Amino acid sequence: MIEVRIHGRGGQGNVAAAYLLAGAAIGEGWHALAFPAFGAERRGAPVAAFARMDRRVFRRRDQVARPHFLIVQDVALLHVPGVLDGLRPGGGLLINAPREPDATALPERHYTVAATQLARTHLGRPVPNTALLAVFLTLTGLLPLDALRRALAGRFHGAVLEANTRLIEAAAATAPSGAWAMEKADAAGA
Amino acid sequence: MPQALEGSQAIARAVALCRPQVVAAYPITPQTHIVENIAKLVADGALECEYVSVESEHSAASVVLGAAAAGARAYTASASQGILLMGEVLYNIAGLRIPLVLTCANRALSAPLSIWNDQQDSMAVRDAGWIQLYCAGNQEAVDTTIQAFRITQETELPVMVCVDGFTLTHTLEPIELPSQEDVDRFLPPFRFARALDPAQPLSLGTLVSPDWFTEARHSQHGALLAAAANIEAADADWAALTGRAWGGLLEVDGPAAARIGILTLGSISGTLQDARAAWPDLPPVRLLRLRAFRPFPAAALRAACEGLETLVVLERALSPGGGGIVTAELCAALYGLDAAPAVRGFAVGLGGRDVPLETYRRAVAAALAPEGGEFAVLDVDLDKLPEADRYPEAGPCAAPPVDSESSR
Repeated sequence: MIEVRIHGRGGQGNVAAAYLLAGAAIGEGWHALAFPAFGAERRGAPVAAFARMDRRVFRRRDQVARPHFLIVQDVALLHVPGVLDGLRPGGGLLINAPREPDATALPERHYTVAATQLARTHLGRPVPNTALLAVFLTLTGLLPLDALRRALAGRFHGAVLEANTRLIEAAAATAPSGAWAMEKADAAGA
Repeated sequence: MPQALEGSQAIARAVALCRPQVVAAYPITPQTHIVENIAKLVADGALECEYVSVESEHSAASVVLGAAAAGARAYTASASQGILLMGEVLYNIAGLRIPLVLTCANRALSAPLSIWNDQQDSMAVRDAGWIQLYCAGNQEAVDTTIQAFRITQETELPVMVCVDGFTLTHTLEPIELPSQEDVDRFLPPFRFARALDPAQPLSLGTLVSPDWFTEARHSQHGALLAAAANIEAADADWAALTGRAWGGLLEVDGPAAARIGILTLGSISGTLQDARAAWPDLPPVRLLRLRAFRPFPAAALRAACEGLETLVVLERALSPGGGGIVTAELCAALYGLDAAPAVRGFAVGLGGRDVPLETYRRAVAAALAPEGGEFAVLDVDLDKLPEADRYPEAGPCAAPPVDSESSR
């Protein structure tokens, strides 16, 4: 079982990112759930969403307490208490930031991508979520990038889909493929 | 191939497959996405239906009452304060024996204000005369919604389909949407024998004297009890068509040899099932899930308790000053039974508090404890309260010690 927590700000497409990730997994035959954290719900407030995915069917519906991966859509959220809480030992932190943050308290496995900049270039809008997902899938190798493209095609059409497809391809190309690949035993759903 | 759908979106699609003729709703979190999706299906021309936007839940319930009374297949949805504002009309719909379906996206009641999940809202209207079905997951919510339309027209009793807010409504997961052909085969067209018709004038809901009120209540109560057979038949027929059954009135899952049982309603049950698999060294546990709360399946519960020494109830609501609502009804159903299990009732997961896997171990520990009270709030954190607000009267502190290896 793989558990991911996504942090962002209300209105930033945080739940949408979790839905896209779980939707990509479902399209690949996985069992997956995506759901919001139960907290503040207003534009600009720090919010979180979860994706839980496994190749086997599971039934639990509790909130994710010990994620394998964190995706942080806004680097300023690293200063919000609790954002890094519960990350499993050896877990990965993916950060959207224009440059590597100099925080010393980051976990060993972390990666920074200028996703907002990439989104501005390819979408013309500062929406970093799909670029972050592309980098996440490239780093972890959990699902092929094509699975994300298909999940996007379930939500978007026409020019928006084309721009997002270009965005995820460009974002994926910036990241080292398989750098966060999990041990086979973990990926099988330990 | 299942689709990745948000629960609300899946429920909206299920409603559309049932070909409703009138939908009236007022948006309220966490029901909003359901009615937004239905409104969009209507606006896109994918669903031929009169969608009535109203200014309050009282009106939403009144519109569907009138529509169904005129012979239309009608649907509405609400939650929390919206259910309370509908309250007067909910009793009228049931008393008039109007067939319609309502989705309750279960949410806590104010005050304090919470938009998050518990089941206080549907429990608050449990005596209104509606059938109440509680869903464990979104596939069940889809299937139960379709079953509800058949149950309501067979019984002429309104059906409330209860789905945990956010935990189900806002969760995306794999869903098998049935085909239109299968739904049409399962759900005959709606023909309401008492439909209002100017050609054959009929009065509904008129003033009755004490000569008749008692008889109306008697037959309403009896009709609800008799509806148990329709609920079971709908689930069985649906299973024959799709291969999916949801337990009829009561889902029983676990070994006959179990001496401990846990009774729940709604989405907690999946978490308990996975927790049981995660801790195989604990004593065997039989998990019972009330799918129907009205009618209350007392006979099925008594049968399901056979061999149990202790039954723990985990419910997402409570009656302040009384205790557990489901707990009290369970105790009444077991009263006088030889070898009835001891009952330990707990409220849990109120106002959106997470129900983690660990809850299962706490429930098992409560079952194994030599003594326990009748009812307590399982996951209350007394340290957050000033000394004066910690009441020993509110039940024993039920939390057994938790070791460090708690998260799985």
